[in-house]
Amino acid sequence: MGDVLLEVRGLTKSFGGLIATNRVDLQILEGESHAIIGPNGAGKTTLIAQLAGDLRPDAGTIAFAGGDITALTAPARSRRGLARSFQITSVFRDFTALDNVALAVQAHAGHSFRFWRPARRDGTLRQPAAAVLESVGLGARAGVLAANLAHGEQRQLEIAMVLATRPRLLLLDEPMAGMGLEESQRMIDLLRTLKGSHTLLLVEHDMDAVFALADRISVMVYGRIIASGPPEEIRANAEVREAYLGEDAR
Amino acid sequence: MLLVLEQALNGVQFGVTLFLMAAGLTLVFGIMNLVNLAHGALYMLGAYLAATFYQRTGSFFTALALALVVTLVIGILVELVALRTLYERDHLDQVLATFGLILFFNEMVAIVWGRAAIYAKLPAWLSGHIQVLPGIRYPLYRALVIVVGLLVAVLLWLLVNRTRLGMLIRAGASNRTMVSALGVNIRLLYTLVFGLGAALAGLAGLMAGPIYAVQIGMGEEILIQVFVVIVIGGIGSIKGALVGALVVGMVDTLGRAFLRPTLATVLSPSAADSAGPALASVLIYILMAAVLFFRPQGLFPAASR
Amino acid sequence: MSRRAAVLAIGLVLLALVPPVAAAIGQPFYVDVFRRVMIFAIAAISLDLILGYGGMVSFGHAAYLGIGAYAVGIPAFYGIHNGWLQWTIAIVVSAAVALLIGAVSLRTSGVYFIMITLAFAQMLYYLGNSVEEYGGDDGMRLAARSALGVVDLRNGTTFYYVVLALLVLSLAVGHRLINSRFGMVVRGVRSNEPRMRAIGFSTFRYKLVAFMVAGAMCGLAGALLVNHTEYVTPEFMHWTRSGDIMFMVILGGMGTLGGPVLGAVVLRLLEDLILPAWTQHWQAILGPFLVLIVLFAKRGLVGLLPERRDG
Repeated sequence: MGDVLLEVRGLTKSFGGLIATNRVDLQILEGESHAIIGPNGAGKTTLIAQLAGDLRPDAGTIAFAGGDITALTAPARSRRGLARSFQITSVFRDFTALDNVALAVQAHAGHSFRFWRPARRDGTLRQPAAAVLESVGLGARAGVLAANLAHGEQRQLEIAMVLATRPRLLLLDEPMAGMGLEESQRMIDLLRTLKGSHTLLLVEHDMDAVFALADRISVMVYGRIIASGPPEEIRANAEVREAYLGEDAR
Repeated sequence: MLLVLEQALNGVQFGVTLFLMAAGLTLVFGIMNLVNLAHGALYMLGAYLAATFYQRTGSFFTALALALVVTLVIGILVELVALRTLYERDHLDQVLATFGLILFFNEMVAIVWGRAAIYAKLPAWLSGHIQVLPGIRYPLYRALVIVVGLLVAVLLWLLVNRTRLGMLIRAGASNRTMVSALGVNIRLLYTLVFGLGAALAGLAGLMAGPIYAVQIGMGEEILIQVFVVIVIGGIGSIKGALVGALVVGMVDTLGRAFLRPTLATVLSPSAADSAGPALASVLIYILMAAVLFFRPQGLFPAASR
Repeated sequence: MSRRAAVLAIGLVLLALVPPVAAAIGQPFYVDVFRRVMIFAIAAISLDLILGYGGMVSFGHAAYLGIGAYAVGIPAFYGIHNGWLQWTIAIVVSAAVALLIGAVSLRTSGVYFIMITLAFAQMLYYLGNSVEEYGGDDGMRLAARSALGVVDLRNGTTFYYVVLALLVLSLAVGHRLINSRFGMVVRGVRSNEPRMRAIGFSTFRYKLVAFMVAGAMCGLAGALLVNHTEYVTPEFMHWTRSGDIMFMVILGGMGTLGGPVLGAVVLRLLEDLILPAWTQHWQAILGPFLVLIVLFAKRGLVGLLPERRDG
C-alpha cells in the first residue's frame, strides 16, 4: 500500500438540526480496499455524496491525489479519477449495456462537442467498452437493453461503467444492495478481482462482503468515525462492538 | 404624486388578483406536483359566469356567489374526470393534457358566449369613488377588490397554519409519503386542495371581470404572469405567492404607468415613446430572470424539496 | 433500411410529388398547404431534438419561430432583401436568444423549466406587440420574399422545393446529430442526468448547446414561415403556437425523426383543412383529442409502426 490518495479533514454536513457527518477525518491509501460500516442513518451515504461532489460540505476539506477537490463539481471529480456507483441502481435504461459503458469511455475521451461522426461506430469508444464489459462478465449481454438486464447484471454494469472511466478511486455505495445470495457472491468475486489493482472505498451492510474484501475498516456512528483499522482490530474493538457490531455479533 | 399613489393602489389590486390565482396554483404544484395550465380557464369561467348571472339575476352578490359555486363545481369535476389520472404522469403529459383542456374550455366559452369580449357591469352603488386620503379619490370597487384579496390571504394563512387540513397541506407539500402514512385519504385531500384552488381562481376572475375585458384568452394571459409570480416566490409557498404577486403586480403596473415619462427625462421623447412600452412589457420577465439568477429556487423555497 | 426510415423516405417522395399532382388536378393551393406543413415539420423536428432526445420540456419554442420571422421582416422593412443575409440573421439571432433563455432556464428543472421557457417566450410576444415601428400587435407585411440569387422564391413551386430541401437537410442534420458523440450525451442526459454527471459529463454545457441548435433550426423555420405568409405578427410567438408544435412532436412520436414530420402533417391538415371544414368550433374537438393522445397513445403515430431494435 502506497501514499495517501484521499485525505478528508473535518468534513461536516448538517440538514436543519441533524448533523449527518460530523468532523469526519478519513485517509484512503493508494491500492487499499477500505470499507465504511455503520448502522442506518450513520451518515455513510451523505459522506459518499460529499466525496463524489453531489453535496457541498458545510465545513472541511477533501484532498484527492494531492489536490484540493472540495470545490469541484461531480463531473470534474470524475474526470480526476474519482468514480462512484449508486446505492440505487443507476444505469441508462434505454441504452444497451455496451452503450452504457461506451458513454463512460466517451466521458473521459476529451470533450463531446463532436456533432457528425456516429458514436456507435467509433472503435475508440466501442472497443474499450467491450473489453470492460467482458471483464465484469457481461460480454455476452453487450447488446441487451440495460432495462432488460437482471438486477444483479445491472449492478455489474454499474461497476463496468465505473471501471470504464479508468478511476484512481472507486466509491462503491452498497454494491450488494438488494441482491440475493448468489448475486452477492458473484459481486464479491468481481470486486475481489479489482482488489489490489484498484483503490476501493466501499460502503456496505453485508458483513461477509466487508470482511472478505476490506484491508481496513472505518466504523461510522452518528455522523462520526469512531474507529478505523484492520478487520481483526475492528472485530475486537469494544466500542465498536457496543455501538454497532453488538447487535450483529450474536 | 397623486397619480403615483393611485397607480400604486392599482398595483396592489393587480397583485392581489395575481395572488388569488397563484395561491391555488402553487398548492397544486407543491402538493400534487401537477402543472395545470388550465388554471387560467377557471379564472375565465369565473368572470364569464359572474357577468352572466348578474345580468340574469340583477343581484350582484347572488351573481358572485353563484359564479363562485359553479366554478368550484366545475373545478372539482375537471379534477375528477381528467386531472386525477395525470398526477402520476410526467410533466410533459400534464402540460399537453391541460393545454388540451384550455383549447376545450376556450371553445366552449366561444360556443356559449361568442367570441366578442363582454363587459361586466357594476351596480351603481359600487361604481363610485372613495376618499383614501384627503384629496385622493380611488374607485370604490378596486378598493373592495384589494380588501377582499387581503382578507382571503389572511384566511388562507389561518387555514394553512391553524387547521388540521392546513397541517396536511403543509405536510403534503413537503412529504407526500408521510401524509399517506398518516392514513389520510390522499385522493380526497387532492380533490379538496384542487377545489380550493379552483374557487380562488374563480374568485379572482369574477372580481377582475368588471375591471378588465371579459374575453377568451384572458385566463392564459394572467396564467403566464402567475407563473412568473410562482417562479419568483418559490413553488409550494403561500408566502412566496403573496410576496411574488405583490411585487409583480406593482412592478408591472408602475412600469406601464411611469417608465415612458421617466425615460423621457433621459432619452429623447420619441426614443422614450418606443422604448418605454417595450421595456414595460418585459419588466416582470427581466425581474424573474434576475431572481432566478440569484435564487434558482425562488425567494421562499418550500422546505425540503 | 429500417421500416420507419422506409416510411419516412416514401413520405418525402410523396411530398415531392405534391406540386405536379396539385397542378394536374387543378388545385394549386395544395402547394401552399403542404409548404406550410413542411415549415412546421422543421420547427417540430427542432423541438424534438431537445424534447424527445434531450428530455427538456421547453414550452416556449414558438419564440424562435417569431425571431426567425422578424429577422427576415425587419431587414426587409429597411429594404434589405438579401435572403442569405436574412436567413443567417435568423439563425444566429435565434441561437443567441436560445443561449440567453437557456442559460437562465437550464439552471432549473421540472416545473420551473416549463414555466420559465413559457414566460420568456411570452415576454418576446409582448415585446413584439409593443414595438410600434414594426406594426405592434397588427404585425407588418413582408414587402418581398427573400432574394436568393437565381432561386426565385416568388415562384410558389420553387419555394416549395426549397422548403422540401431544407426539410430533408434538417432530417439529415438531426440524424447525424443524435447519433454523434454529442447526441449520445444529450440522450444520456434525458435517460439519467445524475449518472451522466457521475461518469464525468458536465451536462449543463451540452444541454445549452442542444438548446441553441434547436433554437437556430426553429429560427430557420420562422424565416421560411414569414416568406410563406408574407406577413409577420407577434402571433407567431404566441404560447398556443408553442403548444401546437409540441403537440405535433407528441402526436407523431417524440424521440424519432420521422415522428415530428408525421405529426406536423396530421395536425396541420386537421387544423387548417379538415376540422374547420366541419365546424368552426373544432378546437372543442381538438382539445379532448389531445388529452386522449397523451393518456393513451404516448408513443405517437410512429409508435404504431413496429421496428426491429438494432443494438
